[in-house]
Amino acid sequence: MTAQAELRSPFRVSKRLAFTGLLLPAVGVITIFMIAPVAIVFVYSFLEPARYGGVVWNFSVEGYLQILFERDFVDGSLQFSADYLVILWRSVFQAAICTVLCLMISVPTAYFIATRSERTKPIWIFLITVPYWVNLLIRTIALLFILRDDGPLNKAIMMTGLTTSPLPLSYNNFAIGLGLVYSFLPFMVLPLYSAFERFDFRLLEAAYDLYASRRVAFFKIVLPVMRPGLIAGSLLVFIPSIGSYLAPDILGGGKTLMIGNLIGTQFQGAHNWPFGAALSMILLTVTLIVLIWMARRSARKNTGY
Amino acid sequence: MKLNSILLTTAAIAWASPAFAAGDLFIYTYGEYTPPDLVAKFEKAFDVKVHVDTFDSMETMLAKLRAGAGGYDIVVAGDPNIQLMISENMLEKIDVNAMPNYVNVDERWRDVYWDSGRQYSAPWAWGSTSFMVDSAVVKGDINTLGVLFNPPAEVKGRINMMRDVNEVINIALRYLNLPRCNENPEDMKKVLELLETQKQWVKSYNSEFKEPLVSGEAVASMAWNGYAMRARDEKPSLVYVYPKEGFTGWMDNLAVPKGAPDIENAKTFINFMMNPENAAMVSTYARYSNGIKGSEKFVDPKLATAPELAPPAGTPAPEFIPNCSPASTKLYDRVWTKLLN
Repeated sequence: MTAQAELRSPFRVSKRLAFTGLLLPAVGVITIFMIAPVAIVFVYSFLEPARYGGVVWNFSVEGYLQILFERDFVDGSLQFSADYLVILWRSVFQAAICTVLCLMISVPTAYFIATRSERTKPIWIFLITVPYWVNLLIRTIALLFILRDDGPLNKAIMMTGLTTSPLPLSYNNFAIGLGLVYSFLPFMVLPLYSAFERFDFRLLEAAYDLYASRRVAFFKIVLPVMRPGLIAGSLLVFIPSIGSYLAPDILGGGKTLMIGNLIGTQFQGAHNWPFGAALSMILLTVTLIVLIWMARRSARKNTGY
Repeated sequence: MKLNSILLTTAAIAWASPAFAAGDLFIYTYGEYTPPDLVAKFEKAFDVKVHVDTFDSMETMLAKLRAGAGGYDIVVAGDPNIQLMISENMLEKIDVNAMPNYVNVDERWRDVYWDSGRQYSAPWAWGSTSFMVDSAVVKGDINTLGVLFNPPAEVKGRINMMRDVNEVINIALRYLNLPRCNENPEDMKKVLELLETQKQWVKSYNSEFKEPLVSGEAVASMAWNGYAMRARDEKPSLVYVYPKEGFTGWMDNLAVPKGAPDIENAKTFINFMMNPENAAMVSTYARYSNGIKGSEKFVDPKLATAPELAPPAGTPAPEFIPNCSPASTKLYDRVWTKLLN
């Protein structure tokens, strides 16, 4: 009896140890790099700002109130103000536009690459990734140099005689949008490519044989197969672009803020860390809502087939 | 660039560990501000290895020191920032006024508002913030802030303003002839209206003003005098303007942050920098005046005649602006957010 227990127990312990041992790195990484920072941001968002940066340890919801209201300087009463909502909306809008544009460019691109021969496929994929060997900051500044008034693009357009004065290509929302699409395009192309790659084109032939129209074939056959790639790509583009900092900063000429820039100024010029933390929590919430919505949508669709 | 500062912050946190070898000096300053030959000279004279880490703005510097980044022996900070850091007990009291080379400090820079009697800080460089125009393009009277706020046709759409809430609001307050460090919401409303009207003619808000001016993207831009001289080197038609409404003056100072690993090396460096010959190296390199008597004869001769450093007779004196109250800081921030909305 005891001998048996002694025989069995080491096995049990080691199994439990193995379980904890295997779990530990993942839990550690998540705790150190995700839970702890988010917890700090969460706590700071409910504190009062110190005079020139930093926080005073008093509970306050002013950081959140400030997003929707501003205090009147004379009597301190709260008045509704849409200033920050406009910035948040602009970020969501720009990110959504960027996602749609990336989709429109990526679907044909990914389809093209997936239908190449096995020999040339890796070359196309390689070409997609080449620009991303260069740092994003440098690529963004390079894009500015191409777009600006005396840049090669405007010079070329003016040489054709279509216009005598340079087109406003830089320092505006167009430039920001272009910068976002340029930055995040491969995050859409690659998941779509892997979805197309798995696609069995005989299914499409079968559909046509059974008198499916192009429309029906696309929605009933192609789209369901593509869905995981579409969702993954959209999330990979939407989430980083909503918090994007560089494109509005450099290509927008600092003239319009997006939420990333607004958060940045709270920790630099404006000296209001709790407000910056509150904005970060809002951004996190928006991102989570989009994620959950997407996840639930895809789960529902998947059960349909 | 902002990203730059993020990268630097990360890098600094990485090396801000407590173990330092003896004979090191860690300087935290603006980029392109520390002459390499000066560093070499100090290293040779005192057998100390100098490490220079850079920030892009006072806000970055303050935020980082406040976030607990230690390991710096010397920090370079502007006049209001020294005032703030002293009041917040962020600096070591090193009695600069008792150092041997203190006799060289120009009397003008001794009893300053930010450190009266110089117990904490020594002059590094000083200059002004005004604006620059491309005289090849801009015609008419340029000696007025009207070039920026009521621009002639050739300037419209080709203005660059600094991306700095205080500098931009100060220049607007000056144009409107309103008090600085303004706490009056009515006044600040006028500032916002002025800046919002101006925005349609603004090409970009960018503190790195040399590149847009030299490339011709901007034909009028806010500017610092020393950096303006560098811009003129690359494009001779650029003119640094001393507007009749006045302009901002500033001084960057050397100080020792609390918890500096090697205060003795820091003091040695500060005393070394009050030597005219060494202060002159800063002026020659960064193109700003230095506040040390007797340095003139060691400075690059072309600086002596440079209009950026030697304003013409009758120019108003530069205005030094201390820290503003929390009330006006909040108002400024609101104006800035609404402007960039």
